[in-house]
Parts: sequence; C-alpha cells; structure tokens
Amino acid sequence: MQIPYTVETRPDTGLHNSKLGIWLFLASEVMLFGALFSSYILLRINSPDWPAGHEVLNVPIAAFNTVVLISSSITVLLAWGAVKFNEFKKFRLYLGLTILLAFVFMIAKAYEYNAKFSHGLYPSTDNFLGIYFTLTGLHGLHVVGGLVVMIYFWGPGSGMFHSEPKHFADRIEVAGIYWHFVDLVWIFLFPVLYLL
Amino acid sequence: MNDVHAPTHDHDPDHDHELGFWRKYVFSVDHKVIGIQYGITALVFLFTGFCLAMLMRWQLAYPGEPLPIIGGLFSEATMPNGVMLPEFYNSLGAMHGTIMVFLGIVPLAVGAFGNYVLPLQIGAPDMAFPKLNMASYWCFLAGGIVMLCSFLAPGGAANSGWTAYPPLADIATTGQTVWLIAMVFLITSSLLGSINFIVTTIQLRAEGLTFFRMPFFVWAQLVTAFLLLLAFPPLEAAAVLQLMDRLADTSFFLPSGLVVDGQPLEVAGGGSPLLWQHLFWFLAHPEVYVLILPAMGIVAEVIANNTRKPLFGYRGMVYATLFLGFMSFMVWAHHMFLTGMGTSISAFFQATTMIISIPSVIILSNLFISLWGGSIRFSIPMLFALGFLPMFGIGGLTGLPLGLTATDIPLHDTYYVIGHFHYVVAPGTIMALFAGIYFWYPKITGRHMNKTLGHIHFWGTLVCMNGIFFPMLIQGLNGVSRRLYDGGASYEFAEPVLYLNKIMSHSSWTLGLFQFFFIVNFFMSLRTGERAEENPWQATTLDWQTPTPPPHGNFTQTPVVHHGPYEYSHPDLKQGDYLPQNLELEA
Ligand code: HEM
Ligand SMILES: [Cu+2]
Repeated sequence: MQIPYTVETRPDTGLHNSKLGIWLFLASEVMLFGALFSSYILLRINSPDWPAGHEVLNVPIAAFNTVVLISSSITVLLAWGAVKFNEFKKFRLYLGLTILLAFVFMIAKAYEYNAKFSHGLYPSTDNFLGIYFTLTGLHGLHVVGGLVVMIYFWGPGSGMFHSEPKHFADRIEVAGIYWHFVDLVWIFLFPVLYLL
Repeated sequence: MNDVHAPTHDHDPDHDHELGFWRKYVFSVDHKVIGIQYGITALVFLFTGFCLAMLMRWQLAYPGEPLPIIGGLFSEATMPNGVMLPEFYNSLGAMHGTIMVFLGIVPLAVGAFGNYVLPLQIGAPDMAFPKLNMASYWCFLAGGIVMLCSFLAPGGAANSGWTAYPPLADIATTGQTVWLIAMVFLITSSLLGSINFIVTTIQLRAEGLTFFRMPFFVWAQLVTAFLLLLAFPPLEAAAVLQLMDRLADTSFFLPSGLVVDGQPLEVAGGGSPLLWQHLFWFLAHPEVYVLILPAMGIVAEVIANNTRKPLFGYRGMVYATLFLGFMSFMVWAHHMFLTGMGTSISAFFQATTMIISIPSVIILSNLFISLWGGSIRFSIPMLFALGFLPMFGIGGLTGLPLGLTATDIPLHDTYYVIGHFHYVVAPGTIMALFAGIYFWYPKITGRHMNKTLGHIHFWGTLVCMNGIFFPMLIQGLNGVSRRLYDGGASYEFAEPVLYLNKIMSHSSWTLGLFQFFFIVNFFMSLRTGERAEENPWQATTLDWQTPTPPPHGNFTQTPVVHHGPYEYSHPDLKQGDYLPQNLELEA
C-alpha cells in the first residue's frame, strides 16, 4: 500500500503531503515563538530597569552570525536548485556549505554563551538574560534539528537522489523551507535582543 | 487522476503477511491499530483518573476519617493510617484534572476516534504520514508514563492544580518538574498528530468527496486539529519558561519581594505570575473545544444514522464549527476576571465569550431539531447520544454566568465552576465517547456489544452522573470553594449544603460500579457478541463501506463519492432507506 500524493501534487490543492505538513508545522512554530516574544514584551514593560541589549551582549558576533545564517539560507536554496538540475556534485557542495555555516553559527554561539558564563552572567541573573538564554537556546535547538536533517540528506540519505529524484527534490525543498524559518527567527531575535 | 490505492503494485513493501507480530500490533503504522492503541491506553488513563476522583470523594464526604481497607495500601507519606493528608489531596486533584484532560479524553476523542474513523470516512488508505502517526502515539505513551511516575517523586506528584499557577508551582516539590516534562511529551505528541490529521483530511479525500460532502465528524476533527496545532505551542512556551524558573532559577513568573515560609526568596524577581495565566489559558480555552468538538462529531453521526434522516442544517453546523474554532482563540481571559486585568479588557472578553456561545447553541439546537420527525431507532449508541444533548445543554447554559464579570466574581473558584465544566466533559463528552464506542465497536471487532448490559450501563451512568454533578452547582451557589481538602466542613456557611457531599460521593462510587457492566461487555463481546456484517447500522458514510474489520489499506476498491454524507430516507430510493456515499442513485 502506498499513500497518495506523497510525491505527486494533488490537482485540486496543488500540494504534496509533506509540503502542506511543513507549512502547518511552521504555523505552530510561529505560535511557539510568538508566545515567547509576547512574554518578552510583557516582561519588559513590567520591568523598571530593563538593560539595553547592546550593553550586555556582543553585537559584532551576533551581526556576524546573522550574515552566516543568511548565507546558509542562500546555499540551501542553491542545493535544492542543484537537485532540480540533476547535478549531484553541486548538490553535495551547496548542502555541505550549508552544514558548515550552521556549525560556524553554533560555534560562535557557544563562544558567546561561554563569555557570558565566565563573567558571571547566568539565566538567573535577571529576566533579560533569562529570556535571552531561553530564546537563543530554543533557537539553537532548532539549528541542531536542522543540522541533523541536512547531514542525513548529505550523507546516508543522498542515495535517493538517483533512485527517486523528484521525491528527493521535494525533501530538500521541505528541509529548506524549515531552514529559512530558523533563519527568520534569528532575524527577529537579533534586533529584539541585541539592538533594542 | 492517478490511482495509487489500487492493489496493482507488484512490489508492496508493507504487505500484511510479511509483517511479524511486533510490527503488526505493537510498532504498527496502520492508523487502525494506532487508533486502537490510543483507545485502550486512553480508557485505562480515564479509569485511573476516575479512581483518583473516587479517592478524593472519600475525603470530601468523610473528612479526616480513615478509608477502610484500601486506605491501608497507601504509604505513610500519603495516607497515614488510611487518613488522607492535605498534600496528597492536592496531588490527587491536580493529577485527576491533568490525567482526565490530557491523557484520557483528548487521546480517546482525537487519538482513538480520529485515527480510526477519519481516514475511513474520507476514503483514504491510511493517514498521510503513518510513521509520524506511530511516533505520536509513542510520545503520548511516554508522556503518560512519566506523568504517572511523578507520584513517586519526592514530595509526591504535582500538587498545584492542573492549571499549575505560579508562584506556587514555581516553588512546588519535584513532582511539578516531572509534570512539566510529561507535558512537553504530550504537547509534542499532539503536535505531530494534528499536522497528520489536517494533511490527511485536505490531501487524501476520495475522488468526489468535496469539503461539503464530508461527514460532520470529519469537520469536527479537522477544526479540533487546528486548535491543537495553534493553541498548544503557547503552553509549550509556558512550560519551557516554568522549567527554566524551576531548574535554572530564572524569575519569569516570580514577582520581586516574594516571601516563602517567612524567608525572602533568593531570586532576581521582576517576573509576572499573570504571564503564566495568559499563556496557560490561551491553550486551555481552545482545549475545552478540543474536548467537546469530537464529541459533537460522534453524536452527529449517531443521530443521523439512528433518525434515518439527514442532519438538520448540516452546512450551518459546519460554518458554526469553523466560527467556533476561530473565536476560541479570543476568549481566554474570561478565566481571569478576578486578576485585576482592568475593566476594558474584561469588557472585551465578556463580549467575545457571549459571541462564542452562539455557534455552540447553533450546533446543539441543530442536533436537537434533527430528531424532529425521525423514526428513531433507540439503539445503545443512540441512547448515549440522546443523553449527551441535555447534559451538554446544562453544561453550556451554566457557563454563561461565568462569562460575565457581574456573576463570575461571586461564582469564580466555587464548586459551581466544577459542576459547570464537569457537565460539559463528564456527562457530556464521556457520554458521547461511549456512544462512539458502542457505535463503531462492530466495525472494529466484527461483533456487537451486548444490549442488555448496554442498557444497564447507560441508565446507571446517566443517573449517577447527575447525582455527582448537580449538587456541585448547588454547593457552589452557596459559596463553597473548590479545591477544599475537607469539602467545606470547616466553614460555617457551608453547613446547610454539606449533606450533599455524601450524595455526590456515593453517586461517584455507584458510577464506578456501573462501569463494570461496560468493562465486562467490552471484553465479553469480543468473543461472544452477535456477529456484525459489513454495515450493521445501514449507514451511509464511507467508514461502513469496507469489509469488517477493515483490512490493511482499508478499501477493497478505491471509493468514489457521489453525494453528501447523510442520504437517508431519500424519496427517490427504489429500495432500502439509505444510499451510501459511494453509490449512485439509480435513475
Ligand atoms: C466522572 C467522574 C468524575 C468525578 C467523580 C470527578 C470529580 C472531581 C472532583 C471531586 C474534583 C475536585 C474538586 C476540588 O477539590 O476542587 C474534580 C476536579 C477536576 N476534574 Fe473531575 N471528575 C470526574 C470526571 C472528570 C472528567 C471527565 C474530566 C475532564 C476532562 C475532569 C476534569 C477535572 C478538572 C480539570 C478538575 C480541576 C482540577 C484542579 O482543581 O486543578 N473530571 N473532579
Ligand atoms: Cu474558557
């Protein structure tokens, strides 16, 4: 037995299953981060002495990380294009670059966390740092999730490139949509936490 | 359109007889097996939650007296010499609420009925993502086991109510941490499940099954899935924040200057307990519609089938359900009128609450009017469905005074509230779920449940339910608070209504006894029940147009749908009084 519309698109909805699935998943993610951003706003307006982000946090590193993530969004798009044009080597290259960039992001983030801890700044210090660690930590988990998926498609899962090219292209597209979302969350987090 | 259902594939990787026992019955990806797994697990949890309530009812009726026989089985830390400690009462209350809502009703209504029936009713071979479906069940089971294990934590299970309000929950014993971790599992499970339900309904409908030809049950499940998808993430966010408060010593929900046991709490402070309430009720209000919509779906199917006529105002009911789903995201703060949010915010939420009652009334009235002029078959499922209607009616009507500040301020946190929502979920939803079990049992097992036992079960349940919950309304109107360890015995003003505690408690234990008629019937009918054919109730929807029980892949022939879901007693029918959705009217 096979599930209909796993690969082909359903004519009347114009979608295949996993594409609809990922959009629904992202809708729930929007609610998750939306709730956390709302909490941030509520905590901030309740607080008499909310610190300015740039005085506590390292803006240059975060700016660097923003560039890294945006570039990785472009490379993941190129990787999908390469699958579409049936160029396996290019696909490996671009997806590999994306994975590399994600690692760079995580390393920079780890460095940043470490610097905070060594200055005695912890989540318990105040609610600004608390929400900073919670939001970036949760975002970091999303990056790790994306990494696992992409490493799988780069390595053990790439056999599908040759056996079921259409299905594989869809999978890369879905992973890419998720990756853009992770990027987008960071684009909100950066100004909210570091600049405002 | 390409036909992928047809068994023309020469290579079929998950064909029935190639699967071993474990893949077929335990780690199955078949929606029917997963539905049954959900159903059995949820029934066990429902019974567990009920046992906790029966224990509490002992303490409420006979405060401070040792519980005979069973009391001796409990540890010193919970019931020394059979007398319940206040902390244990609190744990029982919190765990009863949590288990009933998140581990009993929702998994049964959505996980079990949704999983088993929805793909069949839309003519699909399975869910859109079978592996995700399996993951969702195992995540749910893990969450349930973690939740139960919290009784073993030092200090006992969570004891800050099912609402887990901080600052109390932030400083509560370890059980609260376990509760939060279990909730994260349950939220993940329902997230995976809801994505699957929505994609399945939108993508896998059979040819010809347009949206307005879907049975009402499918609509109810679809809207429910959207509620789960969008309302649970804020609770997940809240759970993460509370976990941070408890494990990383943040103060998201802890205000400055908190003093506990005479000692100032050593935290940064500056947090907001109200933030939790907003996040919690943003989930928990839509959650009450998650508890009720699938029940309405089941009742609609049973009523159409047993009145032998189309539902009255099917389209109106669908629009009402959609509107209800949408509005349910805008009423959450009616649970917070006493928090001092301010009158203009209260005014907004009073208005939205009154508005949302309209679609519920439309659905319920349509179900009532559907009975009009029908030649009703009083089968067991139909009795339960008929019982649901007035019970849910009482639950809904008693809710209106809670949606207006003038009346909510005196009623808030009294037994009136407990009576109100139990009327919705216990005599309401549970009756509908029983209707569903008696209705689909023949399809699932190939045998009918016993009628005599069914009658005893129905009448016993109906009477006892009212014996438990109606007195709660009276006590509440007399000002008895909820969550009282002694049921109000230490309050002089409660004196005139204290005798009701015994009536309620004895009703609850009698209700327990009547459930044995169901349990015996459930297992006995597996072997000795009267054999059921393919379509024993002469129903129109696609779930009955398959072999009984449905094989792997569900349909022997890919169904094509020709008309709406409830073609009963159509005047043009040549023979019989019903026309299945996949058959054309003969000219
Ligand atoms: C059918 C038999 C049931 C009985 C006898 C029963 C009894 C009770 C009792 C005695 C309380 C505690 C009242 C208090 O101390 O304030 C309670 C609370 C509660 N019940 Fe039930 N109940 C039943 C079914 C259900 C069902 C089916 C649900 C849910 C879907 C449910 C959800 C709750 C909730 C959420 C609370 C509030 C817990 C809290 O205070 O945090 N109950 N119930
Ligand atoms: Cu509500």
